[in-house]
Amino acid sequence: MRVGFVRRLRGGNVHIGLHPADANALPPMQPGQFVEVAVDKAKVLLNRPFSIFNSSPECLELLVKPLGRASAAIADYEEGDTLRVIAPLGRGFSLPEAPARVLLVGGGVGVAPMYYLARALNERGIRPVLVYGERTAPDPALKELLSRHAELHICTDDGSEGFHGFVIDHPAVTQGEYDYAKICGPEKMMKFMHNYIATNKNWDTEFSLENKMACGLGACLCCVENTTTGNRCVCTDGPVFNLTELPW
Amino acid sequence: MVDLSTRIGDLAIKNPVLTASGTFGFGLEYADFVNLSNLGGFIVKGTTLEPREGNPYPRMAETPSGMLNAVGLQNKGVDHFINHTYPQLEGIGTEVIVNVSGKSVDDYVAVAEKLAALPEIHAIELNISCPNVKQGGMAFGTTCEGASAVVSAVRKAWPRHLMVKLSPNVTSITDIAKAAEGAGADSLSLINTLLGMAIDIERRRPMLSTVTGGLSGPAVKPVAVRMVWQVAKAVNIPVVGLGGIVSAEDAIEFIMAGAVAVQIGTANFIDPSATQKIIDGMEQWCERHGVRSIAELRGCINA
Ligand SMILES: Cc1cc2nc3c(=O)[nH]c(=O)nc-3n(C[C@H](O)[C@H](O)[C@H](O)COP(=O)(O)OP(=O)(O)OC[C@H]3O[C@@H](n4cnc5c(N)ncnc54)[C@H](O)[C@@H]3O)c2cc1C
Ligand SMILES: Cc1cc2nc3c(=O)[nH]c(=O)nc-3n(C[C@H](O)[C@H](O)[C@H](O)COP(=O)(O)O)c2cc1C
Ligand code: FES
Repeated sequence: MRVGFVRRLRGGNVHIGLHPADANALPPMQPGQFVEVAVDKAKVLLNRPFSIFNSSPECLELLVKPLGRASAAIADYEEGDTLRVIAPLGRGFSLPEAPARVLLVGGGVGVAPMYYLARALNERGIRPVLVYGERTAPDPALKELLSRHAELHICTDDGSEGFHGFVIDHPAVTQGEYDYAKICGPEKMMKFMHNYIATNKNWDTEFSLENKMACGLGACLCCVENTTTGNRCVCTDGPVFNLTELPW
Repeated sequence: MVDLSTRIGDLAIKNPVLTASGTFGFGLEYADFVNLSNLGGFIVKGTTLEPREGNPYPRMAETPSGMLNAVGLQNKGVDHFINHTYPQLEGIGTEVIVNVSGKSVDDYVAVAEKLAALPEIHAIELNISCPNVKQGGMAFGTTCEGASAVVSAVRKAWPRHLMVKLSPNVTSITDIAKAAEGAGADSLSLINTLLGMAIDIERRRPMLSTVTGGLSGPAVKPVAVRMVWQVAKAVNIPVVGLGGIVSAEDAIEFIMAGAVAVQIGTANFIDPSATQKIIDGMEQWCERHGVRSIAELRGCINA
């Protein structure tokens, strides 16, 4: 695919837009699905999985946090460069019917799938609540985007913006009433949320997992998560799993 | 027109490119990316008598020019393969080879006996070399006695082509190769993964749940080429080469070392259409170099 734009956001995340290399439209993609990217500039061997931040027939957008070699090298791409992408992969979030009350929780770059998910929910007449936790105040442009389709609440670890503390303690979580919750973020945060919701709430809850992958196609069995029905591939059976499937 | 067809003993294949067990699922996972019938064949995931859950996550770590895995033979068992997978593979238009693993000689024999009932499975590949299971597997592949015991027992139970996959984690691979040949193997494939390890220094913990795992990818290629060359000279049965092949040039290197065919493993993860590109690339290489048949290149280095 051809790089259309690269926006280097405050805090280090990169928002990148990719256009199809030929005249063909991109295939339809579901919120919560992911893509595999060959980050040639990083000189790594394997492709890397990234959530779909947004997609249309002309453009696929990703939000990437620089964690290691490949994710950091995304910032080195320029408009006009090409990137090899396999998309879309995996099974996304289930989409409830209106008038459901939906809570979205994104921890760090776990917020990546939430924009496209909120957009899809809006199209079904649902305006979700989005609680977004970061170490420090996120980029204003990202905040503006996220608040288009959701009621946005920010939590920061350092108190530089919004609620000072973890997403799990935010009043929108502890005092909110919901029918559904969709959560993506660091493993520790997701496990906290799992225990909290399982004991205190009866929300129908889904988690999007970020296990390390090699093939992304269900062939290598490297990415498995231990579920109530045994080891299952995050790349093909997930990345989205229901709370009841995860024995956390 | 270049003739890419080759024979692994009595097994005639349309080109020398097979896929390596554990890296290509059951083939169907790759159907969107390659026309499976264009392959010389594919070798399905390691199959055991009973279903196996494999090792805990994390099972994979990328290392310089390679990867470590510790999948641990997760599979649904031979009965599931026979009843659910095999029917989907019938008539697929290429050789489907089943990779067989076990904890004991009896396990290997029982799996081979069951597979013998499937008419379209013309060959099995005996994995006596997996580094990721606690008992069995590699234990058979690291001594001549072990290799000989399991190969001769399966030989009696399996009527068709018997390929034996060797472990590189041994002092003298030619001794094991000769033992497998002597026990009735029709062909040998090598190499399986090299035992390796990586540490996350920030967390001060091993990268894999099992601490050690199997190294594959371009990092292992020179070791694999050396072993294929040594084994091809030491035995009189055909040798299938693998380990780190990502390009047509890599594949040709293995053929020149003495292999009749190659297997593509980790490269499938880098590019799911790698096998087709390697087949096309081998044909183009031969055309450019005036080679009419791939067989002309086999063992041609005269070393
Ligand atoms: C389904 C899925 C969706 C994802 N979506 C996004 C996304 O939208 N945006 C984004 O920035 N990242 C996302 N990730 C995580 C992303 O794939 C990893 O950050 C990336 O692969 C790291 O590669 P690297 O070469 O930069 O890091 P490496 O050099 O391989 O590792 C550097 C550090 O990152 C850690 N790391 C590596 N892989 C992961 C992982 N999968 N999860 C957590 N930590 C990891 C390593 O343990 C190490 O500490 C997603 C992962 C999955 C499985
Ligand atoms: C994720 C993974 C799973 C594997 N599973 C098996 C297996 O079930 N049986 C087997 O004989 N070899 C297995 N292997 C080894 C490969 O078939 C091959 O021997 C090895 O990876 C070297 O080739 P490569 O460098 O081209 O990948 C596995 C390798 C990987 C990377
Ligand atoms: S990454 Fe290979 S099976 Fe999921």
